[in-house]
Amino acid sequence: MPDDTAPLPQFEDHDQQRIEYTTCYMCACRCGIKVTLENEQVRFIQGNPNHPINKGVLCAKGNAGMMKQNSPAKLKAPLLRRPGTERGGGEFEEISWERALDILTRRLAAIRATDPKKLAFFTGRDQMQALTGLWASQFGTLNWAAHGGFCSVNMAAAGLYTTGYAFWEFGEPDWEHTKYFMLWGVAEDHSSNPIKLGLKKIKERGAKFVAVNPVRTGYQAIADEWIAIRPGTDAMLALSIVHVLLQRRLIDEAFLIRYSNAPQLVMVEPGTARHGLLYRDAGGNTTVWDQHSGAVADARRADIAPALVGEYLTGCGTRVTTAMSLILAKYLDRTYAPENAADVCGVAAADIERIALEIAHVAFRESITLDIEWTDWAGRKHDKFIGRPVSMHAMRGISAHSNGFQTCRALHLLQVLLGTVDCPGGHLAKPPYPKHIPPAIRPAQDASADTPLPSPPLGFPRGPEDLVIDADGRPLRIDKAFSWEAPLANHGLMHMVIKNAVAGDPYPIDTLMLFMANMAWNSSMNTRQTIEMLQAKDDAGGYKIPFIVNCDAFHSEMVNHADLVLPDTTYLERFDTISMLDRPISEPHAACDSIRQPLLEPKRDVRPWQEVMVELAGRLRFPLFTRADGSRRYRDYKDFIINFEKAPGIGFLAGYRGKDGDQHLRGEPNPGQWQQYIDNECFFEYPFADNQRYLRHANLDYLQLAKHAGWVASTEQIIIELYAEPLQKFRLAGQGLYHGPQPSRAADKQRLVRYFDPLPFYYAPLEQQRLPHGRYPFYAITQRPMFMYHSWDSQNPWLRQIGAHNYLYMNRARAAALGIADLSWVWVESHNDKIKVQVKLMEGVAADTVWTWNAIGKRGGAWGLSAEANECRRGFLLNHLIAESLPRTGDDTSLSNSDPITGQAAWYDLKVNITPAPAGEALSWPQFTPIEPLPNADVSPPQLHVSSHENVNIKRAFSDIISGD
Amino acid sequence: MKLGLVIDLDTCVGCHACATACKQWNTSGTIGPLADSEPYGKDPSGTWLNRVRTYEVGDSPDSKTVHMPMSCLHCEDAACVTVCPTGASYKRVEDGIVLVDQDQCMGCNLCAWACPYGARELDQQQGTMKKCTLCIDRIYDEQLPEAERQPACVLTCPTKSRLFGDFDDPQSEVSVAVRERGGQDLMPELGYQPTNKYLPPRNPKVVAKMERRSVVGLLSSWVNKVILR
Repeated sequence: MPDDTAPLPQFEDHDQQRIEYTTCYMCACRCGIKVTLENEQVRFIQGNPNHPINKGVLCAKGNAGMMKQNSPAKLKAPLLRRPGTERGGGEFEEISWERALDILTRRLAAIRATDPKKLAFFTGRDQMQALTGLWASQFGTLNWAAHGGFCSVNMAAAGLYTTGYAFWEFGEPDWEHTKYFMLWGVAEDHSSNPIKLGLKKIKERGAKFVAVNPVRTGYQAIADEWIAIRPGTDAMLALSIVHVLLQRRLIDEAFLIRYSNAPQLVMVEPGTARHGLLYRDAGGNTTVWDQHSGAVADARRADIAPALVGEYLTGCGTRVTTAMSLILAKYLDRTYAPENAADVCGVAAADIERIALEIAHVAFRESITLDIEWTDWAGRKHDKFIGRPVSMHAMRGISAHSNGFQTCRALHLLQVLLGTVDCPGGHLAKPPYPKHIPPAIRPAQDASADTPLPSPPLGFPRGPEDLVIDADGRPLRIDKAFSWEAPLANHGLMHMVIKNAVAGDPYPIDTLMLFMANMAWNSSMNTRQTIEMLQAKDDAGGYKIPFIVNCDAFHSEMVNHADLVLPDTTYLERFDTISMLDRPISEPHAACDSIRQPLLEPKRDVRPWQEVMVELAGRLRFPLFTRADGSRRYRDYKDFIINFEKAPGIGFLAGYRGKDGDQHLRGEPNPGQWQQYIDNECFFEYPFADNQRYLRHANLDYLQLAKHAGWVASTEQIIIELYAEPLQKFRLAGQGLYHGPQPSRAADKQRLVRYFDPLPFYYAPLEQQRLPHGRYPFYAITQRPMFMYHSWDSQNPWLRQIGAHNYLYMNRARAAALGIADLSWVWVESHNDKIKVQVKLMEGVAADTVWTWNAIGKRGGAWGLSAEANECRRGFLLNHLIAESLPRTGDDTSLSNSDPITGQAAWYDLKVNITPAPAGEALSWPQFTPIEPLPNADVSPPQLHVSSHENVNIKRAFSDIISGD
Repeated sequence: MKLGLVIDLDTCVGCHACATACKQWNTSGTIGPLADSEPYGKDPSGTWLNRVRTYEVGDSPDSKTVHMPMSCLHCEDAACVTVCPTGASYKRVEDGIVLVDQDQCMGCNLCAWACPYGARELDQQQGTMKKCTLCIDRIYDEQLPEAERQPACVLTCPTKSRLFGDFDDPQSEVSVAVRERGGQDLMPELGYQPTNKYLPPRNPKVVAKMERRSVVGLLSSWVNKVILR
């Protein structure tokens, strides 16, 4: 307490304040927040100390949430492009919601009654894909996806086809126990606060932290070791580490035998349709060579001793080998020797070998034992969990390359060889993961009028028969997902939608409906030309994309290119679910989901998008949203969330189910569910018992719970697939050997043969393979700043004071050699376009790499920014340089600039040339005509002094003044 | 009491959470509002009580990136207080917090010039000097939950790199951290005796290598172990 000679005033009038809880939306991290409100304003947003994700802390963005709420760029009412004006001109009239919904309903009903594919519905960084996907399925269009195709599908797909879970949302390092942590290609990528909390823990504990990243900022700054890898070569580094480990037999053989398909038998019959497929017994079971019986045995039997390595002849004379034998042959090859890898990835051979041996030391000499009794899949009791405390996290720098899928698989291979999968100190799964491999959903393959799809639009193909192509092998989806060009496009290819739709390839569409996706700016590759595409007309004068609907909360660049604008609410104004059916907030040791609740009245004519979707579903009479008598099944979004059941007892929210809210994970609908979430600070946490916390792919108590909760269909062991048979099926199709669909285009055949290796491998990024050697000497990448998240908050007056314009960061010595001075301007040229930007020199970047912050550059007038704002005049997007298609070679086949397996947008593959720009105006190029203000838009104030109440100053005490100095 | 902060440079990732949390709390706090100019225009600027500066040490590829949050260090011998012509700047006897009486401050900027740490900012709209109060309007507010009677920057820090406490108490968290980790004064040679301390980065962790006498994993020489599935 202060000395009573200087009493303090009452600073806060707590009686006029109220405290509410909800979930942050300043990025995709989904932290719990505790919000103090007064005078219908936000007084303070802080981390919720009880929340499983952020445990009380909050990042720079979350702390600036009130300035998002105060933004003058909030949309105010539905807008219709003024008849007779050009799209992109920004001339709108305000219309009523009734009129907006009427226009949209009529248009959508007509599409649905004729050819539902003519609606392309793509969503950005939303957190309700379970609802948007369901909506699209009920509408009957195949053309739905979210932004995962340019975000992280390589990570999700590689994980779900290998370990049954993945990096980020589906898994996390065991921060509590790990002793060696490798961070691959991560700036402020997901997930923000949990990584920061975790890094603190491991640094306190004295674990080693190795950062693999060409740039030393942010997290890399506090790493014990910085590996300045050449972008796009991480697979080579990982597989060279594998090479060193295999050479010395420093692997967890028991883990491989018990939990992976390494011992499973693969047929060796080159030139036949069986080559490289798993050998199955008469019952269709995968098999191993049992050393006890000296014979082939069902791989799932418990009472066998499988041979890890060897070639065998089966009873019926088929030559087989174990998957592990193929692994040894492949990675012991000199290709992956450290001295060869060093040339590719720019990491010294001695460092590669040392890191491999350090990892092995920690995995095998510093193992952890947790004395917890648990039961395995076969019902056998064990008295401990053994941990190999090496962990990894990886994200954008792996994901956004056209070799990202195989690179991510290489990381998983390394983890599995070490036995660091879902064990103490390793990489832990987060419920509802792990799933059986691959997850059981197949993408819908056909659509018909007025009919829901037979399955969701996105899923996990097991082989060519699951592709979404017509009888002639042509893509059925507008983005060509699940076609020969991107067979495992689990998240779709949002980056190709506009280009394909404008080209009418594979067909023209009628309506493009976007939610929170800034495709006219930072969410597109090739932005300058994308803007032109959005305005492109056919010979008859009609727009090639006839109708564009955009739902957004703020005046983004995309709003300007819409025909109909539906204004959304902010995150503090609506109900949301972060659903167990979607991308929940689970922690490794607890199943968790959460909600948002409205804390402030919008006072604008805006509606939450989920509310609009439920309304449209009712108007369009989607079967799931309509009762037998034709009346609406759900009153509104809240009613839908409470009462919709995916399976009996399974709904969007897993907590507080059952009539009285006392059942969890499964239970009948509870009318009081929302209130119970609100009462529990807007989240639900279901902690697991100690014996359910590790090795969950083979943990009976966990698998039984997972089945009860609807996360998995059976309690069968989830066998980790080091050897990915689905890839071999596609490769056989490319070779013309597959019994099933086969491609006809030469380019597709070549790609399937080359890239669909059932074992991970390194290959040079596709675009780089097609560029003239030496023409573009620099790798150019973007990083996400810790203080800003894409386009969500660049209008934020506080955050833009931290960084209102971006630079191109360059290695100091390399720049000096080119005569480029600090803060000078340069031209940056790719094969696609060129831009003029300002350079900032630094030490912590690899000599052959340049980088910039993501999405800082803005178009004048967007987001409430003035035309003179630094974001517009000096900031820039690298996007202009990135083509959405690969450079053409001789064969003239148009291919997207994407991973050939998953269709992930390869925006990190960019290479550029850099030349000093002649002295001139300090102005980036290209510049765009500023966007006009919307009708009734708030004017951005020239000054701010934000306060939620009259500030209570402290006066210096008179006694202090006379006695003080 | 001698209240102040300890900032751990071993774990600060430069995320700016402390800076925005500070701005958020204090704009409605006792030293607020904290004005912003051109919030949506050219060269936005405003009053902040805490900023994160980033430096590089050494040359590539052996460079080190250091993130350094800076706010008032609440010096024992605070030059900003000495130079203040109106008595607006003062150091509280009770707890050592350096404050500015907003009624007495005439915005002459002398204190900001005197401060070698750049920790004071003149609010361009109000014409008065603004600085870190250690969230005096939080730390003594008994209506806040006890665990939250902390400066906003400390509460929010995602890497928990900021500690708050009483340096006069040898058992306090801050005193222990300074002792154990070799907490440093910034520019001690100037003699202002800053209260806040910075913990230097730890030495990089060294891990032993697992050596094997020879290469044993070759496919041709592999002998299977008998391991029960």
